[in-house]
Amino acid sequence: MNNEEPLWEVFIRSKQGLDHKHVGSLHAADAQTAIENARDVYTRRMEGVSIWVVESKNIHSSNPDEAASLYDPANDKIYRHPTFYNLPDELKHM
Amino acid sequence: MATEELQKVFDDKIAEEIRIEPKDWMPDDYRKTLIRQISQHAHSEIVGMLPEANWITRAPSLRRKATLLAKVQDEAGHGLYLYSAAETMGITREEMVDQLLSGKAKYSSIFNYPTLTWADIGAIGWLVDGAAIMNQVPLCRASYGPYARAMVRICKEESFHQRQGFEILLTLCKGSKEQKEMAQDALNRWWWPSLMMFGPNDDTSPHTAQSMKWKIKRFSNDELRQKFVDVCNEQADILGITIPDDKLVWNEKRQHYDFGEINWNEFFNVIKGNGPCNKERLAARVSAHENGEWVREAALAYARKKAPKSPSGEFESFRN
Repeated sequence: MNNEEPLWEVFIRSKQGLDHKHVGSLHAADAQTAIENARDVYTRRMEGVSIWVVESKNIHSSNPDEAASLYDPANDKIYRHPTFYNLPDELKHM
Repeated sequence: MATEELQKVFDDKIAEEIRIEPKDWMPDDYRKTLIRQISQHAHSEIVGMLPEANWITRAPSLRRKATLLAKVQDEAGHGLYLYSAAETMGITREEMVDQLLSGKAKYSSIFNYPTLTWADIGAIGWLVDGAAIMNQVPLCRASYGPYARAMVRICKEESFHQRQGFEILLTLCKGSKEQKEMAQDALNRWWWPSLMMFGPNDDTSPHTAQSMKWKIKRFSNDELRQKFVDVCNEQADILGITIPDDKLVWNEKRQHYDFGEINWNEFFNVIKGNGPCNKERLAARVSAHENGEWVREAALAYARKKAPKSPSGEFESFRN
């Protein structure tokens, strides 16, 4: 039996109104211990008001080697940006 | 992609100051170098708790006890940030712990010196943390993302460590004759080992050139050591105690302090395991690990027992 405690990724909301942000990872036997450890490791100086922990094995990520093709569809669609449109300088409030 | 192409993508990123992230291709030696450096750094934080923990129960006031406890707890946190950063490179926590406990992995030789008096806690904060900060600030720009991010966090927390140490020494230096002598004695014992923390001279440092090419290191050992000597001399004047080096003198031409030769025999001897406390430090880590075995086992057994009923435990989903 594997005796290594699973790895968890830790996300912290620094204050109400902001997103949870990834801050690092830690090992813990279960979710509750992971949250308690995250409190001790990542919020010793009032860095957070809320903690998420996600077992690392449950996070799936894109492959950086495929970044070029993965993001290619966005490259040639500059008409998605407001600056693409030619409008007169006199036009205000737009 | 062929290896040459991948190498070129990697080299371009390094040249353009684009951070390397865990899933990016990287040369084997880059990975090996970083695993060695980050894990040694983590071990140093963990072993570094021992000489200071020695004084927690004997701190001279509640204020000193509370700050020393907080500092030692920070060191544990720093060790964890760094172990996590190393784990992103494919080594497991268990492997690293095994390497430390079996004596295979190194940690900073400074922690193999004893803390004989309360003034040593002041000297560690001022000099050992001071030297560590000098080393660590440039590492916040290291080319490997997880390492650089861990270092940013560590550096933020580290500055209180140095200030609490200096305050301890300042209080002693303003106290009785005996207290000031105690501060001087601590400086005498910790000065040279602190200079050794920057590692061997540049011409004998095996890894420096390559690490600088990879932008893991930004300054050489000797450059950082010189910066440290330059700032410490003025700080010793404020304390009113003397750095134990009769060759320490301002060099107008270089605009730096000249200083005496480090006893490199002592340095290599301590690294080999023959310092005053090597055996004691390792024994303390082994004992902590072995005596904690039942706690880890119990925690895992409890987690397994609870797991099948509700996979997410008793915590509500964040969307609820």
